[in-house]
Amino acid sequence: MLTSLFVNALRFIPDNAHLLLQKTLELAELAFTALGISMLIALPLGLWLGHRHRGLFVALSVSSVGRALPSIALIGFFIAILGVGFWNIQIALVVIGLPPILTNTFFAIEGIDSDVVEAARGMGLTETQILTRVELPLGLPLIVAGIRIAAVFVIATATIAGLVGGGGLGDIIVNEAAYGLAGVLAAALCVSAVALLANALLGFAQRAASRRMAPSA
Amino acid sequence: MPTEAAELVFDEATKVYTGRDGAAVDHLSLTVPAGEICVLVGPSGGGKTTALKLVNRLIPLTSGDIRIDGRSILEHDLTELRRSIGYVIQQVGLFPHMTIEGNIGTVPKLLGRPRSWIKARSAELLELVGLDPSYAKRFPAQLSGGERQRVGLARALAANPPLMLMDEPFGAIDPIVRTRLQDEFLRLQHELRKTVVFVTHDIDEAIKVGDRIAILRQGGRLAQYDTPRRILDAPADDFVAEFVGRDRALKALALRTLGELELASPGSVDGLPRLSAETNLRDALSLLVDERRDALLVIDADGSPLGVATREDLLA
Amino acid sequence: MTGLRLAGGGPVIPNYGKASACLKHNGWFCIGWVHQHWGDILQPALIQHIKLTVIAVGIGFAIAFALALVGFRWRFFNAPIGAVADSLYALPSIALFELLLPVTGITTTTILIPLVAYTLFVLYRNIVAGLDGVPADVLESARGMGLTRRQTFFRVELPLAVPTIMGGVRVATVSTIAIATIAADLIHYGLGAPIFDALGLPDIFRTELVVASALAILLALTADTLLAALQRALTPWTRIR
Repeated sequence: MLTSLFVNALRFIPDNAHLLLQKTLELAELAFTALGISMLIALPLGLWLGHRHRGLFVALSVSSVGRALPSIALIGFFIAILGVGFWNIQIALVVIGLPPILTNTFFAIEGIDSDVVEAARGMGLTETQILTRVELPLGLPLIVAGIRIAAVFVIATATIAGLVGGGGLGDIIVNEAAYGLAGVLAAALCVSAVALLANALLGFAQRAASRRMAPSA
Repeated sequence: MPTEAAELVFDEATKVYTGRDGAAVDHLSLTVPAGEICVLVGPSGGGKTTALKLVNRLIPLTSGDIRIDGRSILEHDLTELRRSIGYVIQQVGLFPHMTIEGNIGTVPKLLGRPRSWIKARSAELLELVGLDPSYAKRFPAQLSGGERQRVGLARALAANPPLMLMDEPFGAIDPIVRTRLQDEFLRLQHELRKTVVFVTHDIDEAIKVGDRIAILRQGGRLAQYDTPRRILDAPADDFVAEFVGRDRALKALALRTLGELELASPGSVDGLPRLSAETNLRDALSLLVDERRDALLVIDADGSPLGVATREDLLA
Repeated sequence: MTGLRLAGGGPVIPNYGKASACLKHNGWFCIGWVHQHWGDILQPALIQHIKLTVIAVGIGFAIAFALALVGFRWRFFNAPIGAVADSLYALPSIALFELLLPVTGITTTTILIPLVAYTLFVLYRNIVAGLDGVPADVLESARGMGLTRRQTFFRVELPLAVPTIMGGVRVATVSTIAIATIAADLIHYGLGAPIFDALGLPDIFRTELVVASALAILLALTADTLLAALQRALTPWTRIR
């Protein structure tokens, strides 16, 4: 009984490839736009604060509050104010995706051995050069780890956005009436695949960044 | 608990690491009489730390034997062996999550001592190593490097072991504190008379601290095992001579004090620089050179004159 | 209409002839409604949520600890277990809830399994990292002093790993509280229930949304604070200076 259910789900996929692809692309659009915006805001901010060794309290609070926010509440809140729409949901997704990137970037830069930074300063590198040529390369693995966590969160939240009319694979998941249980399960499998793929790719990027830093390893 | 110091014997002790050329410790044989400090010294790679760790079996022997009071270390139960040996390392390795008292009491607790005993013993040891008893409730992070080393020493002494192994214990301390710790350690040893194996790379420390010095050369072979004075006066070969340093004659001067000399009775003592009888000859010579004088007045602890020492007396 | 409402408990439409001005305008925070429905909606939801969190983190911690001991002691297993944990953590919770539904049905078990899984994934890496973080010289002196392997673990390694592990427990707890709200889309339980109820109306019921969400956030922050206090209590040596 159970296996037939999942077999049907798997059959749903090729049968409705066009629909699933479209929905997946919608989801990807939602998620990666939000991820991009989060990176655009959080990376420079994290780099700057980390380099100046300021804002530890902010970095820590942002991360603990960010984790405490139930994503559905956030989305519901923005929809209640702004209604359903691509950019409205973007705001909620950026709020979710920003904290991990900000926190990790901050600690990646802030945590670099002060001896190394001081040596660079003593050699005559400008502050910007220290950041780009010394701190950033050394902090890269942790920064990529933060982006990876953000990606996971944002993909999950973008799916939930679909529960309240936001589009993407979430649309299918909430609509058993239209797509049947097989369709719902198929959509769940698809979204899992997307998440695993993104996580794996960023995982490779993270390990590649680590290896660059320790070439003898 | 044993209170007699133990005699330690290395019998052709050898350690070879597979895949590496040559031995780390090569057929080391020497006897450390009970109650003496034997210093293992040599260049890095000479195997001195390895030899030390063979004794408490942190590193297993490849061949040969090591005996404590006649009994082979291989016959002992491993943890029992280690609990009966005091072990002090350079970074101390105090347990950060325990109070000083907790740290000191680690081995006694393992041996089943009650809390009250540990508390008393802790206070006793803190006083012995020159720390205020109030330190008992503090945590290692609150102590300075020198203070932590003292606690490390106290911790090693807690179960009153007959044998102590010390691996560059004062290596990570700044020179001023190091001198003080060396002096206090010697004072302690004078009282306790433990058998100690002490590893250092610093020949001056070896000369100051050791009753006997074992110089190990590259490849873990024993170059010379003798008292500091005999090593300085008669180095066994070029390697030892080189290692001890070209200034070994001056170093030898540091081993003798003014009090050992035959002093001339003071004629006119006006204007002569005064030095305590405990001052070593090297420091005394240094003073004469500094002040361009030819003689000085030797005084005892109360300040009363004992006699006059001239430059010739010092250099004789 | 949104949501797959399988269990009982539909949206609460405030219309008992006492519709206040606040409610008529769908105000963001109608204190009257809160008073009126604390007992039958909000408090039960809160208590259910607390139950879920405590059970999920409790079981997750226990399993993670056992696995971490294996991965720490037998290094061979560490990489594979860690890799599995990392990848499964990436799965969106709604997908996990959805996929379990046909298997375990409309029960709290369906909610608990993914929650336990997420806690496990966070804590596994965390506990191993905590145990790895014990300084080498401390371990060497413990060994040299004659502590057995077991004694070293319980008296030295474990206590020193507590700060890192507690940090992980805090993250896991806060995340669990947030993730548990999602389950309510499928199973009407916990603080997610009033949230989804409120969202289900054509005109989103603002007060219910705000109050239920606020409760979830406050619960998370309170749990975090309490665990932080617990951490400080367990590690007196970090409190100095």
